[in-house]
Amino acid sequence: MESMEKIRPRSPLIAKLMTAIAFLMLYVPLFALVIYSFLGPSAGPGSPQAWTLEWYRRILVNGEVLDAFNMSIYVGIWSTLVSTLLGTAAALAIERFRFPGRQLFDMITHVPLIMPEIVLGLALLIWFVVLRITLGPFSMILAHTTFSVSYVIITVKSRLQGFDDSLEEAAHDLGASPWQTFWKVTLPLIWPGVLSGALMAFTLSFDDFLITFFTAGVGSDTLPLKIYSMIKFGVSPEINALSTLMLGATLILVVFFFRPSKGAPTHA
Amino acid sequence: MLELKGLEKKYGRNYTAVKKMDLTIREGEFFSILGPSGCGKTTLLRMIGGFETPSQGQIIYDGKRIDPLPANQRQFNMVFQRYALFPHLSVWENLAFGLKMKKVPEIDLRTRVNEALLMVKMESFAHRGIATLSGGQQQRIALARALVNRPRVLLLDEPLSALDLKLRQQMQVELLSIQRRLKHTFIFVTHDQEEALTLSDRIAVMNGGNVEQVGTPQEIYEYPKTPFVAQFIGQVNTIEGEVKEARPDTILVSGAARRVLMVKPSRDGQRPLPVALPGTPVKILVRPEKLKVLKSAPGPEQNAIEGTLREVLYQGAVTQLFVMPRDGSAPLIVSQPNTAVTARRSFNLGDKVFVAWLPEDCLLMGREAALPVAENSVSIAPPLLTVVGPPPESSGAALA
Ligand SMILES: Nc1ncnc2c1ncn2[C@@H]1O[C@H](COP(=O)(O)OP(=O)(O)OP(=O)(O)O)[C@@H](O)[C@H]1O
Ligand SMILES: [Mg+2]
Repeated sequence: MESMEKIRPRSPLIAKLMTAIAFLMLYVPLFALVIYSFLGPSAGPGSPQAWTLEWYRRILVNGEVLDAFNMSIYVGIWSTLVSTLLGTAAALAIERFRFPGRQLFDMITHVPLIMPEIVLGLALLIWFVVLRITLGPFSMILAHTTFSVSYVIITVKSRLQGFDDSLEEAAHDLGASPWQTFWKVTLPLIWPGVLSGALMAFTLSFDDFLITFFTAGVGSDTLPLKIYSMIKFGVSPEINALSTLMLGATLILVVFFFRPSKGAPTHA
Repeated sequence: MLELKGLEKKYGRNYTAVKKMDLTIREGEFFSILGPSGCGKTTLLRMIGGFETPSQGQIIYDGKRIDPLPANQRQFNMVFQRYALFPHLSVWENLAFGLKMKKVPEIDLRTRVNEALLMVKMESFAHRGIATLSGGQQQRIALARALVNRPRVLLLDEPLSALDLKLRQQMQVELLSIQRRLKHTFIFVTHDQEEALTLSDRIAVMNGGNVEQVGTPQEIYEYPKTPFVAQFIGQVNTIEGEVKEARPDTILVSGAARRVLMVKPSRDGQRPLPVALPGTPVKILVRPEKLKVLKSAPGPEQNAIEGTLREVLYQGAVTQLFVMPRDGSAPLIVSQPNTAVTARRSFNLGDKVFVAWLPEDCLLMGREAALPVAENSVSIAPPLLTVVGPPPESSGAALA
């Protein structure tokens, strides 16, 4: 390791400076948010603010916030399940089979990634109204599935691209039915891709604001929607505490799925 | 017994990878399919294994048609070219995979997996991951994973091609000894002619989707039926000419420089003279080891071509000499075993020499295909067994 470090050229000062500025811009606000969430009300002018967990306590006993949290989890889990199933199946179809319209299908899966969220949100809203689907948890799950599925397809597809087809033939040769082959060979090998697709789907669903905003209807706020409506009455320390909690949850998820994948290679 | 009847595989509308193939593979036989890259060997093997649907024809095993069966219902197993070991399973789990699919009871499963590991000398690797094995070790595990199922027919698609020469030779020996012991039918695909000759009971030589010849290694090497087989298996010298005269026991061919060469049936009768009318353009094919380099012209009972010694290549067991004929036709390659007196000492580059061989030691073919053989001349061939043995040693002055 050490010899490798030595070979690398030193970075110029300007590069270091710009990196520092970028980090500053990015993390100082987050840092401030976290700090503020732990600061208690000052006892009076001139006296210092004290560290406190008061805001967290208030959040955790706030029935509306808890409802919103439950809603986020509910929508997140269902949209993750549906999009992971659909996305894995779609990725398998695109990589394994030749069917008319395959190329088009492959392209379409990328559309939600580049389409402005507001357009997608509006389109979904109109669509739900046309289909007379009541806005609520169900419409949110459908909406979240719509964009999450693309991410699942992409992660699973990249896993399948390195897949040695002869592995499935070998399983077949050893007496496994197509179904057994899928469960015993294909799925275990693409599992890391499926898992990171699912984690990504959940994170996206949990954090999404715009599309949720269009498709939530009345009385089914998710956490981001709840935060937004609380902000209307001014930024309060409770919001800081809630945001810090969300940040923490997201970070944990991200750490999980950006961890170098330890899955077996898909070819021997 | 495995029979292929009119088996054909088309890719797309107009590309035929395997053409109307009829082949019979006997029980317990080490049968090789040999041919150049792209000739359809893998396609043929995959049809037998059930990974490719034939466009036409039948595959019959023990009198029953098996071509409609999917791969998991055939009692065959395949060793894949790139092993296809399951990377997420350990060595042991890889071997147990097939037995678990067949619901073999746990106790049986254990003994059989252990047996298979023992057979390929990998018993200490049972709990290793696949990625930690070397190429040769993976090869053994791939073989064991197929063998543990006790397949009626084992299909091997160039299983040794990824190994280096030394390991390859070692694995050839092991493969052969395992086959001799188990007496399973092995169908072995290779593009390496030496490997096919070494291992096989019989070889099918394929070219462009067709089987050109099926026979024992000796038959294939000594009595190739087509120019392709002669050229693909081993080295061969080709001398072009025209039939001058066809006598009952000799065909005279005039070469480019008005040299007359004789072709006679082989001494054991395995290779009768073909039917060739005077004026037919032909090729004389003769193996490098049947040629001798002489300092003076041989007697009239031998064919001879005069030329200049161009190159002497010492290759360990043999020395190859390149002689440029006087008429400027393609150089002749002569292969001489290295005895105490090496070729290098006897000849100098640029020497005028004669390349000589016996009329019984060469083959006569048409320019493109084999020449027809008269029906009755085939019947005088003695039974097959007499062929086995060293090739007839030509007399005449060797190097000395
Ligand atoms: N799935 C396929 N679709 C179209 N053509 C194919 C397909 N598989 C094989 N071919 C063609 O069929 C011919 C025979 O292929 P095959 O793989 O059987 O050759 P091979 O004798 O095994 O060659 P090699 O020694 O290189 O493995 C080749 O020309 C190949 O391009
Ligand atoms: Mg091949």
